[in-house]
Amino acid sequence: MKLDTSGLESFPSLILHGNDVAGEISAPPSFDLPNSNDFDGFLKEAIQMVKPAKGTTTLAFIFKEGVMVAADSRASMGGYISSQSVKKIIEINPYMLGTMAGGAADCQFWHRNLGIKCRLHELANKRRISVTGASKLLANILYSYRGMGLSVGTMIAGWDETGPGLYYVDSEGGRLKGTRFSVGSGSPYAYGVLDSGYKYDMSIEEASELARRAIYHATFRDGASGGVASVYYVGPTGWKKLSGDDVGELHYHYNPVTPSTTVEQEMVDAAAA
Amino acid sequence: MARYDRAITVFSPDGHLFQVEYALEAVRKGNAAVGVRGTDNVVLGVEKKSAAKLQDSRSVRKIVNLDNHIALACAGLKADARVLINRARVECQSHRLTVEDPCTVEYITRYIAGLQQKYTQSGGVRPFGLSTLIVGFDPYTGSPSLYQTDPSGTFSAWKANATGRNSNSIREFLEKNFKETSGQETVKLAIRALLEVVESGGKNIEVAVMTKEDGLRQLEEAEIDAIVAEIEAEKAAAEAAKKAPPKDT
Repeated sequence: MKLDTSGLESFPSLILHGNDVAGEISAPPSFDLPNSNDFDGFLKEAIQMVKPAKGTTTLAFIFKEGVMVAADSRASMGGYISSQSVKKIIEINPYMLGTMAGGAADCQFWHRNLGIKCRLHELANKRRISVTGASKLLANILYSYRGMGLSVGTMIAGWDETGPGLYYVDSEGGRLKGTRFSVGSGSPYAYGVLDSGYKYDMSIEEASELARRAIYHATFRDGASGGVASVYYVGPTGWKKLSGDDVGELHYHYNPVTPSTTVEQEMVDAAAA
Repeated sequence: MARYDRAITVFSPDGHLFQVEYALEAVRKGNAAVGVRGTDNVVLGVEKKSAAKLQDSRSVRKIVNLDNHIALACAGLKADARVLINRARVECQSHRLTVEDPCTVEYITRYIAGLQQKYTQSGGVRPFGLSTLIVGFDPYTGSPSLYQTDPSGTFSAWKANATGRNSNSIREFLEKNFKETSGQETVKLAIRALLEVVESGGKNIEVAVMTKEDGLRQLEEAEIDAIVAEIEAEKAAAEAAKKAPPKDT
């Protein structure tokens, strides 16, 4: 199967393929296969080794005013928290955002690459690319690398001529259009809060509060999520970062400690009989 | 891959690409084609050589669809046209598949022109011997467009243009008589332009109108004859008015 390696090209190589008029793709870059009895098994194991668990919580939803995108910021390697300050919401261009779940390098590289493609589309066609088109470009690239160990579970959120757009795209090659998505190990917890609190007719403040609360609750219960809950809003004029709150502080914001009831018991001498 | 011995299209000492210029000659020998852009429609008209008695005239359609909202007419080598049209049709669908949206007229024109250019800069191939007139409606803004490409691979947008046999006379006529028109007026203008160089009659002209709502509609021979009759009548009336001495008070 010919890989779509157009993502790795930095400029169209028309000069090199001057004789190639039939429109065929030149041979894709290839590598040697290892000698092994059970190549399929080897491939599966290699993918498992490379594939980091999608330890994260990201969510996005469409509401009356636009799209709300939120994510945590923890990166974990097994039980070790490698970073509490990872930027999981990637700015593709001023009116489109992508979320990161899965392999950080994969997400960052391919989102950056998508940004390049979107810009080239704008220059060639004198109009912005739609969220539909951008998500399809990414999905097609990821599909052509299917089975090769990419780990990407992303949501493309943006505002185009048809209004707000939200797509879920993953490294299996799937692409879904929707109004509410949450991706990552903390997503079940986030869905619980998001689904029960969601209304289409929300103001921006209500929606951002809902998003923040959903991320907080996911970080509370899921060990692989934590750090800072970032909330972004995508409207007709582009995206805007609304807040970035440490989830530890959010915990005490939602569960304030009242001075009267202390958890610990004060140690007093037993009353002398 | 076969080894190409040498490029056929090479520069001459004084900067000409002779193969491309010869291709333009082939275009000049092809049948006349005219395109006129109105405010709410675009009209394509093509000269039809009188059909041989046994030929099924319906199989030689000269104005073709590239997509629901884009049509093409051309002048020059018809066999080359078939190849180009097929590639363009595939590209239209490919665009729909990749970005889930129909392509603009400008996009497909750019693609066709790019294809024509590629064949002027490759080894072992000759340029396409045809110029195309591409019409359609922009799916986003809804405005009509008319573009022309030629064997060198250049393209530009036009309000009205002609290509093929006697295209210079048709273009002169259009330059003198063009004004913003809509609906049936645009059709009449296109047919009048074509009649400058074609023997009159519905049998010798093929006309199609593209509207935003209904896409491409080929006009029936009877319809064309009716419009031609109207035009002749108007011409006769204008002649009579000129000849008759002006009525004084």
